[in-house]
Amino acid sequence: MAQLTINGKKIQTPGGTILAVAREHGIRIPTLCHHPALGPKGACRLCLVEVKGSRVLQPACTFPVSEGMEVQTDTPKIRTARKFVLELLLSDHPQDCMTCEMCGACELQDLMYEYGVKETPFRGERHAYPADDRDPFILRDMEKCIRCRRCIRACDELQSVNAISMINRGFRAKVATSFDTPLQESNCVFCGQCISVCPTGALTEIDSRGAGRTWQTQKVTTTCPYCGVGCNFDLHVRDGKVVKVTSRWDSPVNRGVLCVKGRFGWQFLHSPDRLTVPLMKAELWKKRTGTDGTPSPYAGFVEADWEAALDAVSDGLAAAKAQAGPDAVAVLASAKCTNEENYLIQKLARREIGTNNVDHCARL
Amino acid sequence: MTNSIADLAKAEAFFVIGSNTTEQHPVIGAAVKRAVRAGAGLIVADPRRIELARMASVHLRQRPGSDIALINALCNVIIAEDLYDTAFVAERTEGFEQLKAAVEKYTPAFAAEITGVPAEEIRKAARRYAAARPAAILYSMGITQHASGNAAVMAIANLAMLCGNLGVEGGGVNPLRGQNNVQGSCDMGALPDVLPGYQKVADPAARAKVEKAWGASISDRPGLTVVEMMNAAHAGDLKAMYILGENPLVTDPDLRHVQEALEKLDFLAVQDIFFTETAALADVVLPGAAFAEKDGTFTNTERRVQLVRKAIDPPGKARPDWQIIAAIARRLSADKALWDYPSPAAILAEAAAITPQYAGISHSRLERGGLQWPCPSPDHPGTRILHVGKFSRGLGKFSAGAYIPPAEEPDAEYPLILTTGRRLQHYHSGSMTHRVAGLNRLLAEERMEINPDDADALGLADGDTALIASRRGRVQARVQRTDRIKPGVVFMTFHFPETAVNLLTVSALDPVAKIPEFKVAAVKVTRLAP
Repeated sequence: MAQLTINGKKIQTPGGTILAVAREHGIRIPTLCHHPALGPKGACRLCLVEVKGSRVLQPACTFPVSEGMEVQTDTPKIRTARKFVLELLLSDHPQDCMTCEMCGACELQDLMYEYGVKETPFRGERHAYPADDRDPFILRDMEKCIRCRRCIRACDELQSVNAISMINRGFRAKVATSFDTPLQESNCVFCGQCISVCPTGALTEIDSRGAGRTWQTQKVTTTCPYCGVGCNFDLHVRDGKVVKVTSRWDSPVNRGVLCVKGRFGWQFLHSPDRLTVPLMKAELWKKRTGTDGTPSPYAGFVEADWEAALDAVSDGLAAAKAQAGPDAVAVLASAKCTNEENYLIQKLARREIGTNNVDHCARL
Repeated sequence: MTNSIADLAKAEAFFVIGSNTTEQHPVIGAAVKRAVRAGAGLIVADPRRIELARMASVHLRQRPGSDIALINALCNVIIAEDLYDTAFVAERTEGFEQLKAAVEKYTPAFAAEITGVPAEEIRKAARRYAAARPAAILYSMGITQHASGNAAVMAIANLAMLCGNLGVEGGGVNPLRGQNNVQGSCDMGALPDVLPGYQKVADPAARAKVEKAWGASISDRPGLTVVEMMNAAHAGDLKAMYILGENPLVTDPDLRHVQEALEKLDFLAVQDIFFTETAALADVVLPGAAFAEKDGTFTNTERRVQLVRKAIDPPGKARPDWQIIAAIARRLSADKALWDYPSPAAILAEAAAITPQYAGISHSRLERGGLQWPCPSPDHPGTRILHVGKFSRGLGKFSAGAYIPPAEEPDAEYPLILTTGRRLQHYHSGSMTHRVAGLNRLLAEERMEINPDDADALGLADGDTALIASRRGRVQARVQRTDRIKPGVVFMTFHFPETAVNLLTVSALDPVAKIPEFKVAAVKVTRLAP
């Protein structure tokens, strides 16, 4: 155990970085390159703090605590240094927050607000990269990149894919694939983990453009409908439509990690192909009602109301049972449906039909 | 899984067999890669050079369908070289002498003949697995989708028990389940031989318990599995079917047979979110709800029951599936009030009362986070690792099976082995993923993988269209020349209805598990056009 003080507060800790210890004790230190799911980097210099006896300011995210240490996290000297960093960042960052996808969820914007940085005193060359929307799903607007390397570290540390890294040096340094190709020509697996950690609007979801700012969407935590891993994520909903999926870093299953289908595979929900009314074979409808019914877009089928459709299903199953016994009826449950639904359909087969002919695609 | 996903970080080594983890369970694949980069060992057994094979210290490229010979040979080496966990074998297991006798003939040299894997590679893999404690085995349908799949799973259990890798953190026998809720469907009794909680329908005591809860009698005759249902329909014995959220006309083996079977039914109801190939054959199609449109629970591959929450309304007049099922049951039932469920939470409460593993699980508890079954009481924290200290049957029983050749082997007329699988960008019959524009951009069509040696012999260039024929059907597809697949074997997925590979597959079933042999069919390939 080490004993130290942060802003005069006495703290006992088994160890860790100044940032980790401070956060554990409810002391906020601003960061940009730091992300809780990633290892420390010490790149952005936003988390600078004063450590007594140290000649220069130290980055809290990489500096380990030690016995008797005295730390200050919010002095005029520190604020001046942080403001200087922010002004430098602003000198090469577009001020288009009005149309930026990340407005309201942007960590850079929040810090400019906190430190009152409206303009930058630094004039010089600015990057002019066109927004890169050549790939599916991932929009890369490198003018907004602050080179914190969180995306690179997520691609490396969380996904072990390493599709992106820093290319070039100095002012031309840029996050890119080898030879700056589209992501599709790299080994990118389109998991979108890079988007999930980007602190600015440099990496965003193409399919969610203009669909709703963070405060305009309702977030619903749920479980992925694809494979059996059972990842959790947040659905972002606006006006009754899903517009985005984001990571849940607290999920015990996936710890914020997702794949291409989990993060980007939600559009089928709003496909125009979705079935929206019950359908019945035209001849069956005619036989049951004596009318032609309402045509449907599907050859041979008419649209049916729910009562008529449910009656027809119940009659069809009952007729087979009456004619050839309960084992002449079978149900297929679904590994895509919920436990509750699977429970009900096997109960229907066993209790109401009287057969154990119930199975699903477990073997397929 | 006997163990948990979080456990993977604790494994000293992985043996991955019959699982293309990074494509089929990408988030678990990423966890394996992280562990391997941090120093864990990795042994991969797969006929294809899958992504994980590139990180593996040993890659065994076995002939499809030869898994039992391969795993028995690993056991043979571990026993012959005295690398097994003598304490675990003595204290926790029985039948070791029988296992020893059964695997005696599976020397690396003998297995090399069957599997095509060099004997030295088999020895290397056995030593690497045995040297790491704990070591986790991951497998998926590359193991199970064989006419001898059940025996192959037993062989894997032998290997894990031999090295004391059960009941320990970071070890285990870990089948990776394919569908989001395939574990839960099985748990809830959506199987022909068991009631909820794997209680046998043939067991009078189990039946009596559920009969009491339901206030009705239950048939003691186990029912038909999906492939048997299709056979019964084809034979005219099955007259009516109600299919919920499945597309057998793409996903089942020997599709021509399936189509004929479904057409013979007197009545077919299909409930789905899209007008699938199967729905087109229905008398009535009922519009259900997608995952984001209803409340409920899914159970993942590590037995974790988790909430699914309604975020949006179903489109148009579509309804949550639980309401539709209850409405049909109400019409069929003499006791209609029984089917008036107020909510999915009430349904799970009823299911939990007769499902021992779920007895302590409720929606209100799940609001605070998922729970891994068995969770026998409301104050039980759930079970992260199975078989700790004791197996459910007491001692773990070694049960060695003999290698059985696949139902269909290549011959002069059909000289290549077709094996099937999945890809990262699409899912099953594609009814969901084909409706995501970006996924279609990433992968627009299925290309059959063929080794350049075979392709040269057939005059096939990259992108050429080939005709792939088996004894059951034919499919046209463009080809991709790649040494990812070994000579003599071709690979396709079932994601695209236009290249419906299951027209070619064999409906031979494992005698116990009744799983079809999707992983081995004999085919011939001919060049059609550039």
